[in-house]
Amino acid sequence: MPLTPVLTSRFAEERSWTIETYERTEGYAAWRTALGMTPDELVTLVKDSGLRGRGGAGFPTGMKWSFIPQPKPGETPTGPAAKPKYLVVNADEGEPGTCKDLPLMMADPHSLVEGVAIASYAIRCHYAVIYVRGEAVHAHRRLQAAVAEAYAAGHLGRDVHGSGYDLDVIVHAGAGAYICGEETALLDSLEGRRGQPRLKPPFPAVAGLYGAPTVVNNVETLASVPFVVRGGSAWFKEFGPEKSPGPKIYSVSGRVVHPGQYEAPMGTTMRELLAMAGGVRPGHELKFWTPGGSSTPYFTADHLDVPLDFDSVAAAGSMLGTTALMVFDETDSIVEATLRFTEFYAHESCGKCTPCREGTYWLVQILERLVAGHGTARDLDLLTDTCDNILGRSFCALGDGATSCIASSLKYFRDDYVALLPADEQGRLGRTLHLEPVGAMA
Amino acid sequence: MSALPGSAEGTAVTGLDSSAVEVHGDLPPLTETTRAECREIMARYPVPRSALLPMLHLVQSVQGYVSPEGVALCAQELGLTKAEVGAVATFYTMFKRRPTGRHLVSVCTNTLCAVLGGQKIYDEVAAELGVHHDETTADGAITLEHAECLAACDYAPVVTVDYEFYDQQDVAAALELVAALRRGERPAPTRGAPLTDFLGVSRQLAGFSQHADAAAAQSAVDGPSAGVPTLRGVRLAAERGETAPPMAAGPPETAVFGEEPPETAVSGEEPPDTAVPGEGGGTPGAQAADAEVAAASNPAERSGAEQNHPDRPEPAGREAADRDAPAPDADGQAQSGSGTSVQREV
Repeated sequence: MPLTPVLTSRFAEERSWTIETYERTEGYAAWRTALGMTPDELVTLVKDSGLRGRGGAGFPTGMKWSFIPQPKPGETPTGPAAKPKYLVVNADEGEPGTCKDLPLMMADPHSLVEGVAIASYAIRCHYAVIYVRGEAVHAHRRLQAAVAEAYAAGHLGRDVHGSGYDLDVIVHAGAGAYICGEETALLDSLEGRRGQPRLKPPFPAVAGLYGAPTVVNNVETLASVPFVVRGGSAWFKEFGPEKSPGPKIYSVSGRVVHPGQYEAPMGTTMRELLAMAGGVRPGHELKFWTPGGSSTPYFTADHLDVPLDFDSVAAAGSMLGTTALMVFDETDSIVEATLRFTEFYAHESCGKCTPCREGTYWLVQILERLVAGHGTARDLDLLTDTCDNILGRSFCALGDGATSCIASSLKYFRDDYVALLPADEQGRLGRTLHLEPVGAMA
Repeated sequence: MSALPGSAEGTAVTGLDSSAVEVHGDLPPLTETTRAECREIMARYPVPRSALLPMLHLVQSVQGYVSPEGVALCAQELGLTKAEVGAVATFYTMFKRRPTGRHLVSVCTNTLCAVLGGQKIYDEVAAELGVHHDETTADGAITLEHAECLAACDYAPVVTVDYEFYDQQDVAAALELVAALRRGERPAPTRGAPLTDFLGVSRQLAGFSQHADAAAAQSAVDGPSAGVPTLRGVRLAAERGETAPPMAAGPPETAVFGEEPPETAVSGEEPPDTAVPGEGGGTPGAQAADAEVAAASNPAERSGAEQNHPDRPEPAGREAADRDAPAPDADGQAQSGSGTSVQREV
């Protein structure tokens, strides 16, 4: 597939972050168009476009917006429909490998602000918060400036462009916690609490920020919205497969000649992206890679032709995640890489749910002794068993994500683990007793 | 109370560490200005407690860490207990529990940066400075930390100083960087604003500019952001003549708001090479704006009611919040939305 710069189309413009540049390149045209439509028309348009959330889960954006309870005409609203609505932007990018939102917010912050405005109007909300990862200080700065410019130009504030619609947008800094990228943890954090996930349901669409109906959308998702409004749903569907269409920023990093951001239609393959990135560094060959960050099961050289869209990647046994393509070659130890990722999850587990808090801690211990050459034959089964006791047993997906790299590395590269075992332990491998089943595992 | 066995980090995430914050003499005092700024932050939100994280950044910007005094101020302003504020402060990595050096140097040692040299950089810098993770050099110049993924994997391995990026580092470059910082220099980041210091950047995260004058604030905003990896796809597309499919037409039959009709709304793809340098300047005035400190009645959220989220009953008064904020003033009241009328529960 060809490169198709849409979200990245302004990146190379002179002073791309200013409102002057943005408006000169059709910026805020979609917002004016949107204000001439009804909120329901906008929700329908986004539904029809097939836009799916770019934060990893791939949930249909228009459908998410439509879940917000709205007052029915002629009735006095009660319950959630009677409450204010909120839009919260998840700009807490921190998944290892993921580096798409940060460049976007720095280079083209107004596209996010415009997407926020359109989405807010569509869900009938008057207060939106952009929750930016604390470490992303330059993005925070640029967004603050962009929001100020948008207020000054009348795109935000009271009675926007004479439409009678009011909207306030706040830029809010987090403080260093990966878990806050989980939407309910983010909401707790935004309420001034420790960022710990909530049990769902209720989902944020019914009880989100301050217990009121809330849409939480990713940066890239919202930055896509102005283009959907300008181009229409049919245009948007020209990119990639019917069930997950649209332009997508693929972040290629690691052992490639030219790491960087490559925007192409959904469904572009790793083989194509590797070619764009100049291939694996000379003299080396691809060993393993992630399709969507550290929480997505590894792929290998056998998966180079999997179309990188939500459904195809899932069918091939991984997840599209955030299209964070980390490339590792034969000089990189997959067990050591897996240990690093696991240390990350152990560090970032919020501690709320026991399987994740304790499980990630013990996974690190097991992997550490394997890497140090002190592992036992039993450890490989113990890893799997520990993963089974984490997966699906906590409030949020952090623990699940922690098991991805372990399970997939054991699946594709079990020999690499075996090679780390002392010789006598290797001899015991065939005769390892299975562990007693634990609880629901049985 | 003892920490979790085996896991130093466990103490941070579970808050079981009994010595959550250290007490130090000789700190710059938290003044009435700080208190007023706290209230200004609180006024940005429908519910004041949402201001807690930015308020902690603010007290950190005065004292270099979240001191017991800082915790107390936040607690007092928000009507929380110090334990509640401490529980939040100790959850987040960026809130420091010991005074931070003039600069915070963070070396990414997550997997990708680590294999590309980040671990070696961290080890060498730590050896050169004679400090370990979360420790400060004797001269007070640098606090060193190893960081989790900094969302710059296409620039790996990365180092940040006060969260501004120094991309594609190697050991020599990183050693030169920390040496320069110790000499009192402020090498320009690859991406980010010209360095001030850890205090300044904490002030930015509280939502205030780290610069008093508008020109410096604007130059911070204008600090570079798009390096080669960011632009690679765009440039390669231009080289190859590849573009997105053209937009045929905007959505039909829609009224358009605003004075100028968007005559260009029906456009083809944007040619990447037509860039005209934008007029400089931006809107420093808009940025700096921020005058009124909300005449804050003291906050509402009393601790009892809020423990049981998210299904707790809705306190009265919340509803009004997001509709009643006033119009921004002519200069464009920035993201604070201008405070006075964002209602608080009382």
